[in-house]
Amino acid sequence: MMLNRHRWVAVSLLWVAPLVFLLLFYFYPLASILKVSLERSQQGLLSPFLEALRSPIPGRVLGFTLWQAVLSTLLTLALGLPGAYLFAHYQFRGKSLLQALTGIPFLMPTLVVAAAFNALVGPSGWLNIGLMRLLHLGTPPIHFTNTLAAILVAHVFYNTTIVLRMVGDFWSHLDPRLGQAAHLLGANRWQAIRWVTLPILAPAIAAAAMLVFIFDFTSFGVILILGGPHFATLEVEIFYQTVSLFNLPMAAVLSILQLLCTLVFTITYTRLSKRLTIPLSLKSRRVTQRRLISPRLRVMAGILIVTLIALLILPLAALAVRSVSRLAPSGAGQVVTSPGLTLDFYRELSVNRRESIFYAPPATAIGVSLGYALATTLLALALGFPAAIALSRQPGAPLSRGMDAILMLPLGTSAVTLGLGFIVALDKPPLDLRASWILVPLAHTLVAFPFVVRNLSLALRSIRPRLHQAAAVLGASPRSILRYIDLPLVGRATLGAATFAFTISLGEFGATSLIARPEYPTVPIAIYRLITRPGELNYGQALALSTILMLIAGAGMLLIDRLRIGEAGEF
Amino acid sequence: MKNKSFYLIILMAMVLSACGQAAGSPSNATSTPRTLTVMTHDSFAASESVITAFENANNVKVQFISSGDAGTALNKAILSKDNPFADVFYGVDNTFLSRALAENIFEPYNSPLLKDIPDQYNLDPQDRALPVDWGDVCLNYDKTYFAKNNLPPPQNLEDLLKPQYKDLLVVENPATSSPGLAFLLATIGHFGTDKYLDYWKSLVANNVLVVNDWNTAYYTNFSFSGGDRPVVVSYGSSPPFEVIESKDPNKVPTTAVVTGDGSCFRQIEFVGILRGTKNLDLAQKWVDFMLSTTFQEDMPLQMYVFPVNPNAKLDATFQKYLAIPEHPAYVSPQDIAANREAWINAWTETVLK
Repeated sequence: MMLNRHRWVAVSLLWVAPLVFLLLFYFYPLASILKVSLERSQQGLLSPFLEALRSPIPGRVLGFTLWQAVLSTLLTLALGLPGAYLFAHYQFRGKSLLQALTGIPFLMPTLVVAAAFNALVGPSGWLNIGLMRLLHLGTPPIHFTNTLAAILVAHVFYNTTIVLRMVGDFWSHLDPRLGQAAHLLGANRWQAIRWVTLPILAPAIAAAAMLVFIFDFTSFGVILILGGPHFATLEVEIFYQTVSLFNLPMAAVLSILQLLCTLVFTITYTRLSKRLTIPLSLKSRRVTQRRLISPRLRVMAGILIVTLIALLILPLAALAVRSVSRLAPSGAGQVVTSPGLTLDFYRELSVNRRESIFYAPPATAIGVSLGYALATTLLALALGFPAAIALSRQPGAPLSRGMDAILMLPLGTSAVTLGLGFIVALDKPPLDLRASWILVPLAHTLVAFPFVVRNLSLALRSIRPRLHQAAAVLGASPRSILRYIDLPLVGRATLGAATFAFTISLGEFGATSLIARPEYPTVPIAIYRLITRPGELNYGQALALSTILMLIAGAGMLLIDRLRIGEAGEF
Repeated sequence: MKNKSFYLIILMAMVLSACGQAAGSPSNATSTPRTLTVMTHDSFAASESVITAFENANNVKVQFISSGDAGTALNKAILSKDNPFADVFYGVDNTFLSRALAENIFEPYNSPLLKDIPDQYNLDPQDRALPVDWGDVCLNYDKTYFAKNNLPPPQNLEDLLKPQYKDLLVVENPATSSPGLAFLLATIGHFGTDKYLDYWKSLVANNVLVVNDWNTAYYTNFSFSGGDRPVVVSYGSSPPFEVIESKDPNKVPTTAVVTGDGSCFRQIEFVGILRGTKNLDLAQKWVDFMLSTTFQEDMPLQMYVFPVNPNAKLDATFQKYLAIPEHPAYVSPQDIAANREAWINAWTETVLK
């Protein structure tokens, strides 16, 4: 009895740091801005809610937001799950490169993604130029921007990697004997998947689908830039009400609506996943992975790989090619793309032509970005580890269940609202952070934190309790169980979590643009500055810098994949 | 390595105390040189030498805080007005001016340099917001397209309704884009509040394309960048910058501006001293500096805007390709503030439905 209570206190103490962080840098700013906003209403606190109820707009916007998020998530799973199966079960040449490349879209700022799709399927994108020449057409056949298809394709482009990584990682360590046993007992391939593999995979699939859904639900840049004026999500409407109309009470009501929806999703998810988690004996990849031998398998894998490349990598490749192309605008809707290759845009990046005080050479911007990313990774891991351990030790405890549900709230919170919350709340010493650089890694950590906790707790929860019991019987303290059993076993998951945190920070634009100091731009900020100015040279430089960002991200992911090999944490 | 969580808590505490220190230091900085904090939007730029000259002359370090686009930056200034974290705010324009004045965030300052500045720019009689620069939002067209197709370029807003200009125009959504709103205001100023919606109906009939942001309009749909729309809503200063921003000084711009009466909307940007500043003397010096010829002559090539100070000289290339409308459309800041939402909603109903 005493021992149990002692342990309960110890596990609960693990929540202190994550909780203090969330209270200070999430709940306090959020509550402050919502209070200030609602108080601006002339007719009392309730009237904005009544006004929202009377207006047809919130209902319509919520409907579209949900609909496109469901559709996007289903499409993402449709591509991601077969991809995860392929990565989890088969070895083929170029696999690690493909894996690294499919991760790059996730971290690209929306402006860059828009430019990438423009380079591929824009009016004079490679695909349209090719089709026009091939079919002798006078006008480009593909219209991409301002369509629902653009929104869906962009969401799949962004989020497939979440499914590939979260589900694929887990799947690759499933004991293949489970499926083999089902076969022996007479189950066919589909029955084995339906009754054996899917139930075991369910927590990983649910976790990945949940994250993808929340990202699609709160989508902003994709809807705004690629979707065009006919589509608005809650996040876009909040932006419009806040910035354009300065109707803060209405913006607050919409933010609360978005938050409540997120809370409903996460609670549903927590309930589901509680039932779903099964302790497993995870196997090394050496046991689970095979080669693609039969011709039928090869053809199917080939189709899948080509689809992944076409959707996730081709747009980025088109952007990279355009960044080294000498383009001579000839007007009349045509860009002459023949004159050849050039590195002019890359050279120009290092020239401060206007002697601007805010000019930063690419090396500086990269340094600033890497610095923020490193700080974010350390902070997110430092906070994520205790949270994940507490979650996995007492998954059923009310505290754990409550925390599990609110962990993901920052992802479902309007960035515009929270950005203003920082200004309203963190305004007194010792926490007057309004002009401080430290807000950048703090904001990035809020986004990265749920990923880190998900990744780590998934791995920790799947460790068989018998290992703990055996160690305890042999006299190990809870602390040494953590040190000698849990930590080595989650080594891989830690790398995965660190990758997410690092790349989220590297590509983050929205929050950074609100709080960054102009003399220290991150790479996405520097790209934004270039792309919002007229002139071919500016646009070319923006593409060049985007390509550099892609290369850094790709290199980082390859490096992390390499680190895994021979890792002590390999199951 | 005995207790991992203990180390994590220590780390947290260190991070938190570092936050405190980082935040505490600026307020203690009363020793030389002092710090002047200038809050602005993310399009602000200036030459390093110009800012350094101001810093050296006044023994001050100028700290810039960029806070998102013009609307977001202003919102931040308003929400922190009881406890401002900057001394000066630059970048509120005439479409947002009434919001700033109604919220009473600025301290009046009758700068001695105001007397040189033409009255048309000075929209606040109480001198809380002082004009710094102006620029026109105008239709730009792709000269190559019109030459190739033997088509005269449009001269004014009415021309765009002609059948030969069908399918040629791309504009930005006034709800999400600053030039988009400015163009809507041009049509309101030119046609009047009772007729502008009819004009937009006809534009829709002539197949106008609406996108949400300037980037997409200019870099995806405008034929200059490879799109299929040779007329775009952009800035009056865009064509000269096509030359200035290229490495070839002999280049001739391939785009030009429609300057017909009432076809452009003039945006004027203002600076103001934030009420409650502890550095009033420095803030006033900074405002004087922004209105002086040193800063005013630097501004055009940095931010693509025009000086309000008539004594400031313009760059030769800039002047060569400049097309300034004689009679831009006008809508008062008070009317914009009072009707912004109604106008945008009416426009949305008419154009997007």
